Amino acid sequence: MLIMPAPEPEILSRRDELIARLRDILPAPNLIVDETARRAYECDAFTMYRALPLVVALPETVAQVSAILSLAAEMNVKIVPRGAGTSLSGGSMPLEDGILLGMSKFNRVLEIDYENRCARVQPGVQNLAISRAVEGRGFYYAPDPSSQIACSIGGNVAENAGGVHCLKYGLTTNNILGLEVVLMGGEVIRLGGKHLDSEAYDLLGLMTGSEGLLGVVTEVAVRILQKPAVARGLLVGFQSVAAGARFVGAVIARGIIPGGMEMMDQKTIHAVERFQPCGYPRDAEAIVIVELDGAQAEVDHLVGVVENIARAEGATSTKISHSEAERLQFWAGRKNAFPAVSCIKPDYLCMDGTIPRARLPEVLEGMDEIAKREGLQVANVFHAGDGNLHPLILYDASVPGDVERAERVGFDILRLCVAVGGVLTGEHGVGVEKRDLMGEMFNEADLEQQLRVKCAFDSMNRLNPGKVFPTLHRCAEFGMMHVSGGKTAFPDLPRF
Amino acid sequence: MSVDLATLEICDAREAVEAVREANARNAPLALVGGGTKRRLGRHAPQERELSTRALAGVTLYEPEELVLSARAGTPLREIEELLDAHDQQLAFEPMDYATLYGDTAKGATIGGAIAVNASGPRRIKAGAARDHLLGFHCVTGRGEIVKSGGRVMKNVTGYDLSKLVCGSYGTLALLTEVTLKALPKAETEQTLMVLGLDEAQSVAALRRASGTPNEVSSFAMLPAGAPPLGLAGHTALLRIEGPEISVVTRRDALAASLVTNGERFETLPEAQSRALWRAVRDAAPVACRPGPIWRLSVAPTDGFEAVEALRRAGAPILAHFYDWAGGLVWLGLDDAPDAHAAAVRAAVNALGGHAALIRASEDIRRRVDVFHPQPAPLAALTRRVKESFDPAHVLERGRMREDF
Repeated sequence: MLIMPAPEPEILSRRDELIARLRDILPAPNLIVDETARRAYECDAFTMYRALPLVVALPETVAQVSAILSLAAEMNVKIVPRGAGTSLSGGSMPLEDGILLGMSKFNRVLEIDYENRCARVQPGVQNLAISRAVEGRGFYYAPDPSSQIACSIGGNVAENAGGVHCLKYGLTTNNILGLEVVLMGGEVIRLGGKHLDSEAYDLLGLMTGSEGLLGVVTEVAVRILQKPAVARGLLVGFQSVAAGARFVGAVIARGIIPGGMEMMDQKTIHAVERFQPCGYPRDAEAIVIVELDGAQAEVDHLVGVVENIARAEGATSTKISHSEAERLQFWAGRKNAFPAVSCIKPDYLCMDGTIPRARLPEVLEGMDEIAKREGLQVANVFHAGDGNLHPLILYDASVPGDVERAERVGFDILRLCVAVGGVLTGEHGVGVEKRDLMGEMFNEADLEQQLRVKCAFDSMNRLNPGKVFPTLHRCAEFGMMHVSGGKTAFPDLPRF
Repeated sequence: MSVDLATLEICDAREAVEAVREANARNAPLALVGGGTKRRLGRHAPQERELSTRALAGVTLYEPEELVLSARAGTPLREIEELLDAHDQQLAFEPMDYATLYGDTAKGATIGGAIAVNASGPRRIKAGAARDHLLGFHCVTGRGEIVKSGGRVMKNVTGYDLSKLVCGSYGTLALLTEVTLKALPKAETEQTLMVLGLDEAQSVAALRRASGTPNEVSSFAMLPAGAPPLGLAGHTALLRIEGPEISVVTRRDALAASLVTNGERFETLPEAQSRALWRAVRDAAPVACRPGPIWRLSVAPTDGFEAVEALRRAGAPILAHFYDWAGGLVWLGLDDAPDAHAAAVRAAVNALGGHAALIRASEDIRRRVDVFHPQPAPLAALTRRVKESFDPAHVLERGRMREDF
């Protein structure tokens, strides 16, 4: 079971004072104090754990964010930043002794600069809204997490969100150019801009995926790309998951990087076909959807090449899209896969590990064994091109013990991913969900270095504590490492 | 000034730990060196001793189907490129060879050095810089601790992305011991579309227009009249198109059609000449042959030409220049001056946003002038705290990036 740091009585006892001082910063409607209203914020999309935030602040300006962080630093109060609340790992789960800093009012597109292929937006703007804002001129924003209709770009930066297009177009980190960030002391810094690459340490890259532990993002400059001229899909069925995995490897080995390459196992295929039939072959043990995008001549040529590879790898069925409607039909089932499996069992836990692709067959076998041991089932949907798995652990929360069983299965699956050379999370983040597994991937020295970086940004550990790292350290514990002959080197240097 | 360097050759991470711990105990900073091709890059801050990774070499993992390669830091870049080439793969970020700039072609760069300076070539806009291809690494920090970060898979958000930090840190945070990189397929072929007959502003604008079409141009450079390696009489916009043969030809034609306004001419460089051209652009050959200081400006693509114009208006003696990254990267060769014209260059960039680095200048100038772009106070303070989180006593490459660390 997940244990969060106990609320600090000192902070709880000063709630009234905190609220009074927040009222000096924010207009009344932007401060949520009432318990019923605060309930709306007690969890994000990781709903297994909940906590009632001490108070919810909804700033509208950078000056307000800065003032709130300064106040929090001064009063030693914790801050949890939150975008649209779609984190699947509890990254924005509130703290009972912390301010929940909701960034939803930062919802404006500030500038679209087509000549520099860049858009400046506020962090509360939805991922899909960026593409919508630029699609009239044939542009789009490439990273497309499944929650893109709801999730915010600020949250995408915090989690380094990915999606179907990552293999070819990269993650959030490869698609942002600049950030404005408010640090824990209230200082406002700008990282990057419309130019490429950093003038010093790449703090832009470090901030991306830092899960709200280093600073609060108040502006994001994203790269916008010209939409590919054409996209076509292939829907390929296989007799086994292993054959599907071999096909994926063979496509890449041929030098082809598809826009997307997704796989589903038979359990998911059947669930999808029951939920909203879209023509997936029910007799296949696995299907792979391949999307090729680019210039018409290139795509037409590569569709033929990929089809031949599929045949050579023993595909049991192959369909090629000849219209946009057909291509979208191939994707419809993939997009509905999560709700569809809810028809098998009322609840599921969606895991998120990445593995070296070649290990896929043995990992899938191992996952089945782990689930069977606990009497549960796993359905599989994954980004096959980059080895990012999303096993859905099916359970029924109304059955006593099922939640704990599902959690145990999830943890063991992630341990298996790490054991074969993979990682704990490919795109959902560590958050609170996988926090206690960090030791599976990193040793103490690795984790301490990460914590020291955290201390460089937030020496009092007030920003989103209890997330990502399994133990809380005080930064002072790290400051005494290099005492030599009773003296630290550079005794005149200011220390944090 | 020349300094007699004592070189410590380390064979593994444990030896590096000992060396760094001893450096901490004696407050005796270390320089980190691989092939030694970049010793003249960054601030001139000679250390008494250097730690060499030359013996820490070799590819430790290469799985072409997984697009992944791991190598010890001292592995020669050439060795990695040849290995990848044999499997029709490449490091898509095209790490620059600094030998052209520093006139030192005997030495061979290492993969550790390429990562340490976040090297990237003309494919930067489409394929990214080194930072975008580093999946994970092992290092020895300035504290003398062995630390790893990242992994070997394409998608990974487990913990902080320290890979981004070490890319471009010039060895000031840690000694890299092993890096894991994303490899990518090589294009089947390439051609370069040349747009001729336009003035400088129009030529740079043509690059930007090309970047707004769906023809997947992978590199966008502009050489002024007479610039090597082409040495053509007029300004030339250069657009690289890579992919399967059939696609390259149709995209080139579509691109040319989309760029027609009036007065320009189009010519095509076939594969071999195209490859040679982009190697020269990668290595800054169009400015390298002139003596004198060389600057590298990274600005928004629309601002590259503006920066050059601002410098011209300010009377800066530009001897050679060219544009890459659709106008967003400007290489400038200037006449000699005691500050390498830093004040003028910085003023031009500061008015637009972006940064300027002094890539080539005398030791004396590099000791006195900020080589890297100055930072606002809060960012400088944060940068220094990050440095100290890895290297509290400043024993790695002291003074290489900033005078104060």
